Amino acid sequence: MGSDPTPRTSAEVGGMGHSLRRKEDPRFIRGKGTYVDDIQLPEMLHLDLVRSPYAHARIVKIDTAKALATRGVLAVITGADLAKYNLHWMPTLMSDTQMVLPVDRVMYQAQEVAAVLATDRYAAADGVDAVEVQYEALPVVVDPRKALAPDAPVLRTDKKDKRDNHIWHWEWGDRTATDRAFREAAVTVKQDIYLPRIHVASIETCGCVAHFDKVSGKLTVWMTTQAPHAIRTVFALVAGHVGLEEHKIRIISPDIGGGFGGKVPVYPGYVIAVAASVLTGKPVKWVEDRMENLQADSFARDYHITAELAATREGRLTALRIKTLADHGYTDAAANPSKFPAGLFHICTGSYDLQAAHVEVDGIYTNKPPGGIAYRCSFRVTEAVHTIERMVDLMAHQLGTDPAEFRLKNFIRPEQFPYRSALGWEYDSGNYAGALRKAMDRIGYAALRREQAERRADGELMGIGISSFTEIVGAGPSKHFDILGLKMFDSCEIRIHPTGKAIARFGTKSQGQGHETTYAQILAEELGIPAAHIQVEEGDTDTAPYGLGTYASRSTPVAGAAAAVAARKIRDKARKIAAHLLEAAEEDLVWEPGKFSVRGSPARAKTIQEIALAAYTNHPPGLEAGLEAVSYYDPPNLTYPFGSYVCVVDIDRGTGEVRIRRFVAVDDCGNIINPMIVDGQIHGGLTMGLAPALYEEISYDEQGNVRGGSFVDYLLPTAVETPRWETDKTVTPSPHHPLGAKGVGESATVGAPAAIANAVVDALWHLGVRHVDIPITPAKVWKLLREHGVTE
Amino acid sequence: MRVEVTVNGQRREAEVEPRLLLVHLIREVFRLTGTHIGCDTTHCGACTVLLDGRPVKSCTLFAVQADGRALLTVEGLEQDGTLHPVQAAFMAEHGLQCGYCTPGMLMTSYAFLQAHARPTEAEIRAAISGNLCRCTGYVNIVKAIEHAAARLREGAA
Repeated sequence: MGSDPTPRTSAEVGGMGHSLRRKEDPRFIRGKGTYVDDIQLPEMLHLDLVRSPYAHARIVKIDTAKALATRGVLAVITGADLAKYNLHWMPTLMSDTQMVLPVDRVMYQAQEVAAVLATDRYAAADGVDAVEVQYEALPVVVDPRKALAPDAPVLRTDKKDKRDNHIWHWEWGDRTATDRAFREAAVTVKQDIYLPRIHVASIETCGCVAHFDKVSGKLTVWMTTQAPHAIRTVFALVAGHVGLEEHKIRIISPDIGGGFGGKVPVYPGYVIAVAASVLTGKPVKWVEDRMENLQADSFARDYHITAELAATREGRLTALRIKTLADHGYTDAAANPSKFPAGLFHICTGSYDLQAAHVEVDGIYTNKPPGGIAYRCSFRVTEAVHTIERMVDLMAHQLGTDPAEFRLKNFIRPEQFPYRSALGWEYDSGNYAGALRKAMDRIGYAALRREQAERRADGELMGIGISSFTEIVGAGPSKHFDILGLKMFDSCEIRIHPTGKAIARFGTKSQGQGHETTYAQILAEELGIPAAHIQVEEGDTDTAPYGLGTYASRSTPVAGAAAAVAARKIRDKARKIAAHLLEAAEEDLVWEPGKFSVRGSPARAKTIQEIALAAYTNHPPGLEAGLEAVSYYDPPNLTYPFGSYVCVVDIDRGTGEVRIRRFVAVDDCGNIINPMIVDGQIHGGLTMGLAPALYEEISYDEQGNVRGGSFVDYLLPTAVETPRWETDKTVTPSPHHPLGAKGVGESATVGAPAAIANAVVDALWHLGVRHVDIPITPAKVWKLLREHGVTE
Repeated sequence: MRVEVTVNGQRREAEVEPRLLLVHLIREVFRLTGTHIGCDTTHCGACTVLLDGRPVKSCTLFAVQADGRALLTVEGLEQDGTLHPVQAAFMAEHGLQCGYCTPGMLMTSYAFLQAHARPTEAEIRAAISGNLCRCTGYVNIVKAIEHAAARLREGAA
């Protein structure tokens, strides 16, 4: 454990450890980025969507006559039109099916019902208003518990022989050993925890410009996607039968205004825009508005969890048991690796050394839009972390032990790594006590506990909350990780130019993470070529090597590793060229960043720039000219970033408002590429942890009407609610990653909500409060305060 | 209808539908795509521009309301190849990530700093509370505005 190691390279080279200014910024601060909606092509048409006001209804009739008579409207596309090409349904990533446009039934409010194609966006909106749809309302199923009742209406009648709303049952772990541990346990705690439906709400919504060139037969789609290559393959698989083959499809993911998981799925709008462009031969733009984004795009979480934790009388944790109902909406369109229907929820033993654990999850259909995408999180890790961190806190309080002491006693110890968890994961490295102690020192934990006791005596409500999370990111090893059969490797291709400058292309796609900068720093570290001389490109499937994209904090663990491996291939060839130039044996050459020298005669040296020139002007006999390499990196294991967060809250006795007084975050993401960017990722992640902890929820009334469907009532934190985050770090490198890095983009989102929730319960425990579901709104707290006689 | 607007110091004219939103005039008619659209309810501030020197959310004004008036968009901040201090500060302090909210943040900050030479952190946070950012957690945006304020004071001294 340490922090801020000295960089190996000079500031001019700008390798790992330098807080290099970002290469992306000059265009963004001038308003010169290119986002999807910025693309305007000659003769471009606009697509807008008619959406269902009902959560469940039969479509009796769609009358398009008035719409077609509207100025500027060229066509109205319905499910019946798409059915002619068998494009009205499409497969989901989890091998379920999803409607592109419905033929006879809508399954959620705001579902796409018909598409209007027009000459401009205003005309398209006029057309949408003019489409007349006659519905016959059907009974609505909103609550997944009620969805399982024997008399519940069966939602997926399109599936032959489907007799209920149950999608799948999944379980993991040793049930017998877990049940035994619970029977033998001296102390157990049990808690229902609901993690509500939330939405990533990236500030840029989703959209595309599809352009089918009728002459060449080539389709180009500029698209808000985090995974352009996989999208190309999916398009080819879905539409190959109508002539869209993979070599005729080019997906371009230009600048992306935030992704966080919401830009992984294929939404119907994209598919309809492509179909419209193929039919008309003209470019077609579809960009959703914010309400469409919040109401119809895939959502995260919606997990109804019942958790139990067992411990010995001495306060040693022994076992964890979890049962969960997973509300997936009307289809399982989760963005998970294929083998894991509940994502990586089975990381739920967290940072603790447990003997046994067992997890069950049941996927359920309801009349809601598709769910199961991440909210800046690696496949349900937040659900797992929130559960274990709430349960550990509950147990500590139940035993009357300080929650920090309780954690320190039960953590996996540094010498236990690599550590095999009760649920079978092999944690790569960690020092959990180190991170927690650092966070406690930084915030002054002991003094805060004294202050809390004094304030409590005065009737004030102050709470201190801890979350000591372990993540699991960097999916993933090909043995277990694939999406639709595509193994979850990622890629880097490097070309060194004759003058020693370089271009590198990747299978990932930045959405604000700063890949153009950090990947260049990795290559600068490995090759000694200044980062300023390395151009990084991503997101164009015609030029970049195939990769699975950016989500689940996988870019640094997987594509970052590919960069290191490809750079080392370049170095191997550079060594041969240097040996030729220096007339020395390869094994007598010594590498330091930027040059090879002859062992014992450091003056006899060739720089990487000289070697690059020779690769094109004076390459050795028997060796091919040029200096380039590609790596498709298959990670041997996942990486396990971790951290400890300590949060202090004050609760207003009158209003129930929770105010975060201080929040200290100590993160460990292994070796760091760019400290400035890591801090920025943590600041943003913490804010996306605060958001669901206190503010964000999308819920439904009994009729399936969405609440929280616009920024009027879906509350993103502003600068006023967001505290001044205090960040620090420890560094425990990953032993299996070529750079010792682990990934950092999501740690804080995963860890923060539990720290806040634990602080609130800590403030209210003495009143008898044992749990509060997030978001912890003033109304919820006020109600609790009233119930416990604190406020009138 | 005909509108005449001074955009970043240049007079521009356009024939528009009365219902055309100002943000669409800027983006699609004038092709200044630095001004972004992030919501439809005046909450996110990605579309913030200055109208006669005051920050406005251009998704909530009609183009015709800008007739005869002066607009400043993010593209107009840089002068003769020199970045405005607020732009330079956002780069220096890592006050942006995906860049989507950035133009709106810059315009709000620019206007705020005209009137507040020595802002407190609380004043800065309140000033940008009409601009949502999903990436940065605002920490470095606040720092960038403090940084820009210091540069502007040096420049004025």
